Amino acid sequence: MARMKFLCDADRCIECNACVTACKNEHEVPWGINRRRVVTLNDGKPGERSISMACMHCTDAPCAAVCPVNCFYTTADFVVLHSKDLCIGCGYCFYACPFGAPQYPKVGNFGSRGKMDKCTFCAGGPDADGSKEEFEKYGANRLAEGKLPLCAEMCSTKSLLAGDSDVIAQIYKERVSKRGYGSGAWGWQTAYRESIAT
Amino acid sequence: MAKLVAHMRLIAGALALAFIVTISAPVSAQQPSMVNPTADAVKEQQLLQQLRSIQGRVTIPDVKSSTLEQPVGRNWQHFHSVTLRWIGAIAILGTLALLVIFYLMRGMVMLKSGRSGRKIVRFNTFERFVHWMTATCFIILAVTGLNITFGRPLFVSTFGSEAFTTWSEWAKYAHNYLSFPFTIGVVLIFLLWIGGNIPNKVDVEWFKRGGGIVGDDHPPAYRFNGGQKAIYWIVVLGGAAVAITGYVLMFPFYGTTIDTMQYAQMIHAVVAMLFVAAMLGHIYIGTIGMEGAFEAMGEGTVDVNWAKEHHRLWLEDEMGGSAKSARTQPAE
Repeated sequence: MARMKFLCDADRCIECNACVTACKNEHEVPWGINRRRVVTLNDGKPGERSISMACMHCTDAPCAAVCPVNCFYTTADFVVLHSKDLCIGCGYCFYACPFGAPQYPKVGNFGSRGKMDKCTFCAGGPDADGSKEEFEKYGANRLAEGKLPLCAEMCSTKSLLAGDSDVIAQIYKERVSKRGYGSGAWGWQTAYRESIAT
Repeated sequence: MAKLVAHMRLIAGALALAFIVTISAPVSAQQPSMVNPTADAVKEQQLLQQLRSIQGRVTIPDVKSSTLEQPVGRNWQHFHSVTLRWIGAIAILGTLALLVIFYLMRGMVMLKSGRSGRKIVRFNTFERFVHWMTATCFIILAVTGLNITFGRPLFVSTFGSEAFTTWSEWAKYAHNYLSFPFTIGVVLIFLLWIGGNIPNKVDVEWFKRGGGIVGDDHPPAYRFNGGQKAIYWIVVLGGAAVAITGYVLMFPFYGTTIDTMQYAQMIHAVVAMLFVAAMLGHIYIGTIGMEGAFEAMGEGTVDVNWAKEHHRLWLEDEMGGSAKSARTQPAE
């Protein structure tokens, strides 16, 4: 079994937002919810970098720790998933998440949050793999079909990598040593308490 | 003439072009021939050392998604999963334990002179309505709130995930909606009883003499004694604190950021835990802790002997003010 992770090579990201669009389309994510987004730092200044960010599927995930109803679970591939049947929409995972991953549809009165939605690493949810229920609640389950997350698969500059930690870390290391620079594996220290030595 | 104008235009155009080329040439010449992309690149470690969170720009309308990273979420996680549970357990179980020990040692504070059979109005219907509305809301808010902090370790394995979710979802709705009558209740309590709750010298004396609950002394008090004034201010200030922070959480991102909401949750939870502990003390004294106390808020009247022992100065004001307006009633 693999230790699935995301890695965004900020020196390659061209902020085309195709990962964002692909994600929305693949999972038929409702309006107002973004499982993935591209954040640009130092916009228009020297040293500008763009990073594609979604749920990082943390080690010791903070969302899972604070959930009052224990709706999160980690798969054998270390993907952090949750059950929308159990979620009560309290918003605590959003306070704890270092990456702003949890999203809430706005339902009912005032700021009432509906059931939380987030990146599933294209691995669906607790319902049967590939079932209609699973698709409606969590989107496509590409992992069950032997495919990797679509955002990374269709990234035009191969900036966004998704897959086994050792494999993507190796790819990144080779890139950095070849081109001679790298702005680092964004979020890895926070999510996995480890970085890639380059 | 037209030809001359056309010539002039051509010359002016050529001059302008030449001018642009000459001023732009040095600019491009200033660009270094070799750009080192690493030299200026933003570094994550550096940003995290300087800032609590990394902010950028996004092209989607959801402004809050421009926060790339906020590792402080992990600190909040620690507060919620560890610190808060200790604070809550110590405050609430500690208070309960103290009350049990106190009750076993002291027992119910009895009326020394027995009942006179004459009653005096202590709280009118409206005052009692406000008290019980606030109290009912408070108890439901406390139970549903404690469920968020302690429900998972205590009940998930016992009742199963599905049943616990059903209950917690209803608890969330109750917590959100009952906050409104609770807030109204706190505001009314503040307005109704502010007159009798300004601390004064009598309270200092009252506290020095142990308030009559420790020992057999009965220090004089007006309508509200030092302890009741303390409860009043706990309700007013604590109620205001939980209401304000609660509404910040209930209306996410209405002019607030993730930072504000984390702090709001921490204040809300800690104040609420201490509030529950204080109210346990209040409930104790109002029920099994003291003979003749519950009827003040229950029926609205107290025995004159009770008033004499616990609120002598108030009774003197009521009786002595004018015989006509005295609120005493004959026994039924």
